[in-house]
Amino acid sequence: MTLEAVLVVAAALFSVGLYGAISQQVVVMVMMGLELMLNGVILAAAGFWWFLSPDPTGQVLLLVVIAAMTLEMAMGFAVATLLHRSRGSDMTDMATDLSR
Amino acid sequence: MLESVVFWVLAVLAVASGVAVFRVDSMARATYALAVSFVAVGLALLLVDLHYIGVITVLMMVMEMAVMAVYMVMFMGMNPALMPMSMVHDNRAAIAAAVTTFVVLAGGALLVPWPSRREPDPGTVAGTAQALGEAIMGSKMLVMLTVSPAMVATIVAGVVLAGARGRYDRLGDDLDRRPADDPQPGGVGR
Repeated sequence: MTLEAVLVVAAALFSVGLYGAISQQVVVMVMMGLELMLNGVILAAAGFWWFLSPDPTGQVLLLVVIAAMTLEMAMGFAVATLLHRSRGSDMTDMATDLSR
Repeated sequence: MLESVVFWVLAVLAVASGVAVFRVDSMARATYALAVSFVAVGLALLLVDLHYIGVITVLMMVMEMAVMAVYMVMFMGMNPALMPMSMVHDNRAAIAAAVTTFVVLAGGALLVPWPSRREPDPGTVAGTAQALGEAIMGSKMLVMLTVSPAMVATIVAGVVLAGARGRYDRLGDDLDRRPADDPQPGGVGR
């Protein structure tokens, strides 16, 4: 196991998540894409921590990323609920008001 | 050697299940696939001595995916395990963006001359929950002091957004309706 290997796997996870975040129409599926991207960030940060700076305080960055992931999920679920309540749909194409 | 084998098995599992999220026929299966990807990454974290982070990644993401599966059932109005679905837009552009991103990131990872692994200072307790706790409550407390209000703000914003009735429902478009139009009146003078 090398840092390069960890980073390549993390890049693959990030890229797959990016594909989902861009291509999916359902809000919850978009959130899944964002989650996968953050999954890759967690793995990359863990690799950097282990190989380059394995001191205890480095773990705090990972904790912050995980906290950001939970906040994203909570807000995403709330927005999905609001969209569904106000428009009867949870599709991103139904929420493009700001693009007009 | 064994560590490398386990890492690659987990890596392939994480990426393959990540791809499966957007390839399977139902949202329920997509949710389970994402949970598998997170579990694989959580186990990979255990390989690099991130015991606490690895365990909370597994526990938190499994619970989160369970919540997500409930949302799927709530919003899709169908049995997500039986109903095939494919709802994408700009598929080609998304694939191009993802491939380009992967090539750039992986190229950077492979071309940068990374230094060899630095061993932790002797006597430190790197990688343990105790070390993380001491960092949070000591030198890195400001980070957690920042995260905490963000979490509180998220709770408030989540409740406001997801609430069935807001102040405009109660007080009208100009916020001047008195008394408020509540399904169950309350307060003084009801």
